[in-house]
Amino acid sequence: MAGASKAIADSRANLPFVYRQYSAEQLKQVLYKMYLIRRFEEGAEESYMRGLIHGTMHLSIGQEASAMGICMPLGEDDQITSTHRGHGHCIAKGAEVKRMFAEFFGKTTGYCKGRGGSMHIADVAKGNLGANGIVGGGIPIAVGAALSSKMMKTGKVVVSFFGDGANNEGAFHEALNMAAVWKLPVIFVCENNGYGMSTSTARSTAVKNIADRAAAYSMPGVIVNGNIFSEVAEASYKAIERARAGEGPTLIESKTYRHRGHSKSDRNRYRTKEEIEDWMSNRDPITLFEDELRDFGFIDDKGIEAIRDAVAQEIADGIEFAKASPSPDVSETGNYVYTEQA
Amino acid sequence: MDAMVRELSYAQAIQEAMAIAMDMDERVFLLGEDIGVYGGAFQVTGDLVERFGTERVIDTPISELGGAGVAVGAALTGMRPIFEFQFSDFATLAMEQIVNQAAKMRFMLGGEVSVPVVMRFPAGSGTGAAAQHSQSLEAWLGHVPGLKVIQPATPYDAKGMLLAAVVDPDPVMIFEHKLLYKMKGPVPEGYYTVPIGKADIRREGRDLTIVATSIMVQKALEAAATLEAEGIDVEVVDLRTIRPMDKQTVIDSVKKTSRLMCVYEAVKTLGIGAEVSAMIAESEAFDYLDAPIVRLGGAETPIPYNPELEKATVPQVPDIITAARDLVKGVR
Repeated sequence: MAGASKAIADSRANLPFVYRQYSAEQLKQVLYKMYLIRRFEEGAEESYMRGLIHGTMHLSIGQEASAMGICMPLGEDDQITSTHRGHGHCIAKGAEVKRMFAEFFGKTTGYCKGRGGSMHIADVAKGNLGANGIVGGGIPIAVGAALSSKMMKTGKVVVSFFGDGANNEGAFHEALNMAAVWKLPVIFVCENNGYGMSTSTARSTAVKNIADRAAAYSMPGVIVNGNIFSEVAEASYKAIERARAGEGPTLIESKTYRHRGHSKSDRNRYRTKEEIEDWMSNRDPITLFEDELRDFGFIDDKGIEAIRDAVAQEIADGIEFAKASPSPDVSETGNYVYTEQA
Repeated sequence: MDAMVRELSYAQAIQEAMAIAMDMDERVFLLGEDIGVYGGAFQVTGDLVERFGTERVIDTPISELGGAGVAVGAALTGMRPIFEFQFSDFATLAMEQIVNQAAKMRFMLGGEVSVPVVMRFPAGSGTGAAAQHSQSLEAWLGHVPGLKVIQPATPYDAKGMLLAAVVDPDPVMIFEHKLLYKMKGPVPEGYYTVPIGKADIRREGRDLTIVATSIMVQKALEAAATLEAEGIDVEVVDLRTIRPMDKQTVIDSVKKTSRLMCVYEAVKTLGIGAEVSAMIAESEAFDYLDAPIVRLGGAETPIPYNPELEKATVPQVPDIITAARDLVKGVR
């Protein structure tokens, strides 16, 4: 048995980090979840088009490797704060899609009992402290959660996801500074998808790379290709080790791209069809990961097909669950404003 | 046996409350600018850092937004932070975390979390600190569902309400008038709480109800003593909490006296006086009114630096006396 493991280890010796670190089953599970994120968002988009979901939503299609790469090395007790583009983070941290659909449908079985919707999706039991409708709003909160971890000695690591837009908010700078001064176990993950709504980082941001800003706060700044799962996961793994060892925060810039517009109101006037097409055809994170898994012998076409089928079933079941769930009663509109006290 | 009662200043009472809270619960800690060895801008935290160490009395950088966010995040994840703003005016730098995050987190997440954070705001004019260090912004926060907003007016209440705030599961904003910090009053030793959401009748009277907040409670009591000599019997209601407001105590008082005056330091327009007046106009007490309601609030200007102008900007004891006299005698 030990010999077989060693043989596997030897055969993987030259492969990228994740293929040495994780089992085939774990890696297949990552592919499953990347598909789950993609199909969840497609399902949500379709439900929106059909009038089953109101409001708006911000899709992260194209950014699945970033969410999964950061979250996979985290423990169940570790925590994240997320963003308005947070469906992927939520699923990557362990949420059930049926309760996410239920939330989007405004139902009592949703994670927020229909009070939050897409922009406030959370799963506190799994460590997702919530998406946030305010750009940069979750960053200081993550630092506070990391302070709790340090003061209560729980060993928890906190990840704060945010986008390139947030790196120009004051909250980003105040939070990074405090986390560095206090050496807190927090990881700042900037998912740079190139545009804050319509404004490109070139037009909005004085530094070439957002990771360059880490130098101002004496923490490591790491740039990864956010569409390559292995690269993201390796950076996350190292940052988590550093945080857990009490060495303080890391800023990871995960360069990626959103295939869809900013939100449902986006007419995509600020980028070309060719640019979008290039990212979709040549740099799709699921395709890239699938190719690696196949090339390295972790999965075959039949295995991939089985994953796609299982995901399709889970999505269909989730939408049915949401449709069948009850809506909250209007008489309960005032619930949860304050903590109910006996 | 009753706890021993001493004379303490308002600031000492707050400090004692924080020390008791930290002794009782290791999750309680203090966060703010220059609250450590400096002792806080108004010496409210004083020497607490010597007793509890820098791990529990934490100096933040000058980062109000970030600091408030850290307090919110810590509260969200099991700690019980008490966050001190150096001046209540600096809440303007942290409104995002207070209004969008702390106040709404429980609601947005369907009751899955609570944010038991306490924020302290040294407020008000009278120190010559001019327009950016003298405001009374409590009504801003009082407008936000999810927050509780209190304004203790005595050392006794300052201690008891802070201890109530620390164990409250929701965010509690405490506005402390800077001119009250040195005011002395009886404060029992040890642990006690004063409930949030309950007004207090500071002085009973028959002719007029004055609803006052914070330092205006003391000014109203002074005015009432003078008016008593003229045969005008004033009831002074200390609102203590502006959200959630104790409507019933005010309604009952107005039904008894048939006259209402609201006295508060904040800018008069769209303030607490408007809320109390409208609340009475909507209540059964409306039918009991013998005269129009009077609001005595701050001027429609920023707070000026010049001491005479500064005093003229907010209600003073003679203003309260004149307005009360006119109201009772039907001059208006």
